Amino acid sequence: MEALRTEKLSKSYGKVRGIIELDLRVEQGEFFGFIGPNGAGKSTTIRTLLGLLRPTSGKGTVLGLDITRKTEEILAHVGYLPSETVFYPGMKVRELIRFSAGLRRRDCGKEGDVLCERLRLDPNRRVEELSLGNRKKAGIVCALQHRPELLILDEPTSGLDPLIQREFFAILKEYHAAGTTVFLSSHVLSEIRRNCSEALVLREGRAVARLGRAELDKSEEEFEDFFLRYYMEGDEET
Amino acid sequence: MTLFRHEVRQGRLSLVIWALTIGGLMAACVFLFPEMKGEMGQVGEMFASMGALTAAFGLDRLNYGTFPGYYAIECGNILGLGGAMFATMAASATLAKEEKVGTAEFLLTHPVSRAQVVTEKLLAVLVQILVLNLTVLVIAALSALAIGEDIPWGELGKLHLAYLFLQIELAGVCFGLSAFLRRGSMGAGLGIAAGAYFLDLIANLSEKAEWLHYVTPFGYTAGGDILSEGLNWSLMALGILWFGVGIVTAYGWYLRKSIH
Repeated sequence: MEALRTEKLSKSYGKVRGIIELDLRVEQGEFFGFIGPNGAGKSTTIRTLLGLLRPTSGKGTVLGLDITRKTEEILAHVGYLPSETVFYPGMKVRELIRFSAGLRRRDCGKEGDVLCERLRLDPNRRVEELSLGNRKKAGIVCALQHRPELLILDEPTSGLDPLIQREFFAILKEYHAAGTTVFLSSHVLSEIRRNCSEALVLREGRAVARLGRAELDKSEEEFEDFFLRYYMEGDEET
Repeated sequence: MTLFRHEVRQGRLSLVIWALTIGGLMAACVFLFPEMKGEMGQVGEMFASMGALTAAFGLDRLNYGTFPGYYAIECGNILGLGGAMFATMAASATLAKEEKVGTAEFLLTHPVSRAQVVTEKLLAVLVQILVLNLTVLVIAALSALAIGEDIPWGELGKLHLAYLFLQIELAGVCFGLSAFLRRGSMGAGLGIAAGAYFLDLIANLSEKAEWLHYVTPFGYTAGGDILSEGLNWSLMALGILWFGVGIVTAYGWYLRKSIH
């Protein structure tokens, strides 16, 4: 079964373009990259898949479930890390993590503790006192603690220091090895190249290329040149 | 009920502050009653000389020298305006604040249906309104006991029930509004509370504007009418209808809207 599938999925905000007739296929068990410059439509795609935004046209499924009708069932099997993590003020990290588990009607206390320890996140801190990186860590714990079938990560490493980034990807690889599908949206080419087996390039709301192992196995410099071609073509067109 | 508990916890401080403020002001008024009772002659003359304002504040239909009459005017105004402000602020912020501060993305990417979100948030608002009203009633009753007055449970019960209905009606309307707005919802809520209060004053000033009593919930909280004629159930039923319209609107819109 496909973890993600869209057919001519479009989302516009009035006259402003979001995504245009996007066809996306991600098989279960993949570590899939979703690349594109800022404003390409990556977050819009994710938010539409998760039911936050209603598509303007087209269809989509997550784990075989329709994105407009089965949102609650989809979200029960998905862990999502947004690009900007905003939490309720006045809560401690531990309360936030417990609240997230409570909304899932799950007891994830043990896994939550392990993740906090591995990411060096103090669960007794208040969320409004957290730095950008620590807020991100809290978001990661909330997204991972229930061991989801599908992980959707939107710019997950922004704000994380290199050591924690390394630990984070080690955790992702463990989850992936245990069967979790990982959908990694990023504009950091190196993390896509290093971790993903396939990737889709998005530009100005449209899918412009699907990259396989051959492209992702190129050296960092070659990959960057290869990828930047899509950017340049976009600039020339505009 | 995880979200319900969370909402109640988030609103706890505001509830405590409002309950103690309204209750404290009402207690202060109750403690002034023995002194006012002794000066009834002067007070009566003063109220009678206020012209149209006497009717606007319902002073022409009440005996200010009795505890229920005094309570209906002084404490009624505090509970009426204060309770309306609390109810409209709590209800108008509850859905809108998630989008305003950006927590909607966190909440709505958990397996909770939008209907569940609306239901649990609505329940939390209603419970907070109930707790505020019970707290205020207890403070008022204890204050009456402290000045040696018998507690007129019948009259107090009717007055407080009318104000509870008022708050629930306004909360329903503002809850509906909250589903639409991302910013400025609290200001809009306060505007509705103040607008409803002043519409009632206008309705009391002129016979031509009496129809406004069907528009503003303050129309069925007039202490003079309640103490002399009892509760106006038809206006209160109309208020519940407005509450229903607000809630149905909230469900209808929030279940379909895109969250930005």
